[in-house]
Formats: sequence, structure tokens, C-alpha cells
Amino acid sequence: MTDQCNFNNQLVLSHSSPFRVGFDLVQISRIIDSISCFGDGFKNRLFTPNELNYAHQGKDLCPQRLAARFAAKEATIKALRWSDAGIGWKEIEVCKLPDGDCELALHGRAAELAKGMGMTSMTLSLSHDGDYAGAVVAVGFEPKMARLLE
Amino acid sequence: MSNTEKIEPIEVQIRTVLRAHGRLNKNVDLLEDSDDLYESGMTSHASVNVMLGLEGVFDVEFPDHMLKRNVFSSIQSIRSALGDLMTAA
Repeated sequence: MTDQCNFNNQLVLSHSSPFRVGFDLVQISRIIDSISCFGDGFKNRLFTPNELNYAHQGKDLCPQRLAARFAAKEATIKALRWSDAGIGWKEIEVCKLPDGDCELALHGRAAELAKGMGMTSMTLSLSHDGDYAGAVVAVGFEPKMARLLE
Repeated sequence: MSNTEKIEPIEVQIRTVLRAHGRLNKNVDLLEDSDDLYESGMTSHASVNVMLGLEGVFDVEFPDHMLKRNVFSSIQSIRSALGDLMTAA
């Protein structure tokens, strides 16, 4: 691939759309601690019913799945620079697809904000190993937004 | 319970929550009210625990529009947000 530059976490491809990338890493045992401490209050505050249903289907994998989803939400916030936007965690949802892949869905104000920013695509990758779960989110924007995103 | 029961100042209660849930790499008692909690080691996950801890202690709920990094960035900013929530209640 030619004409590729990386500027402060923003991947810019000439003749293409600007991208931003977010990454987050979560310690799974800390998620278990939070559930032990705050119970359903923690889970219901952060995760949608669909996310909880999927996580609970995994039984022993539930903490890993929740940790990966929390990492995905945080990675999205980082990619979109939303740390001070006042977005609820449930407005960013990880959806499990029938083929096993995952994708992100934005709801409510998060969807409105993303549209206003000229967002055109989101790509998600999740992983967990041992006591850690991580997520990478790449967000694409309309070419005309490139200068505004710098 | 007596009428003279001592009520701890809000800042003291905030420090208690931070000690329990903030996972800071500094002694909470030595922090200035304006010190940046994220620079003191608080992760985004720990800030969620701090928020839930504060909600339990102060019987409030942080609405989505207050779920901002800067709201939880210092004892001072948390105090200010709690003041807004308790005034609105």
C-alpha cells in the first residue's frame, strides 16, 4: 500500500478515507472483582441485554466476554475521542454475528455524534488470553472530514 | 444514633471511595483535591468502580451526560459533580 502515513493514531490513506484507531486492554480478574463488589449494578450499567445474554451463555467465559466488551467500548471512545462527550456505555454495543464475528453498533446520542463527525465505518477486533482481554477499533470517516480530524 | 453523630465532609467520603475502588498508585491521603486521578494511576475501569462506589455512598446516579473523563479526573471535579447531583435531587 502506498501513500500511507500515521499521524498521532490517525491512519491517513491518500485518495481514501481518514481513519482513527482505538485500543484498550482490560484485566479480566478486575472485572470479576467489580461483579463481586457491585453485582448486577455493574453489569447492567455497562452492558446491553444482548451483550449480557451472550456473555452468560458462555458460563465460565462470562468474565472474559464482558472484559472484551468493556475493552471494545473503551477502544471506541478512544478512537472517536469521546472521553469527554458524555456517552453511556450501553450506547456502544458489541453485536455477535451468526458467523461468530463481532461488530459494533452505536445507539442514541452516540449514533448522532458519530453521524455528525462523518463516520462511515467501524471495525472491531477482540481477543482474550489468560487474565487479559483487549479490543482494537478502527473508525473510518468521510474524506471531507480529514482536516477536521487532524 | 444520636443527633450529634459526626457527618464526614464530602471530600473525606470521596477519598474513602477512591481508597476502596480507585486503584491509585499514590496515597489517597496525600493527594491534593486538584490532583489528576488518572495521572495517579486510575484506569477507566477503576473510574467505573469509583462512580458506582460514589453512587452507593451518596445515593445518587450519574446520568449518561456526566459520564465524562473530566468529571472523575480529580477530587475537586467529583465534588462539583456530586454537588450538582445532590442539588438536583
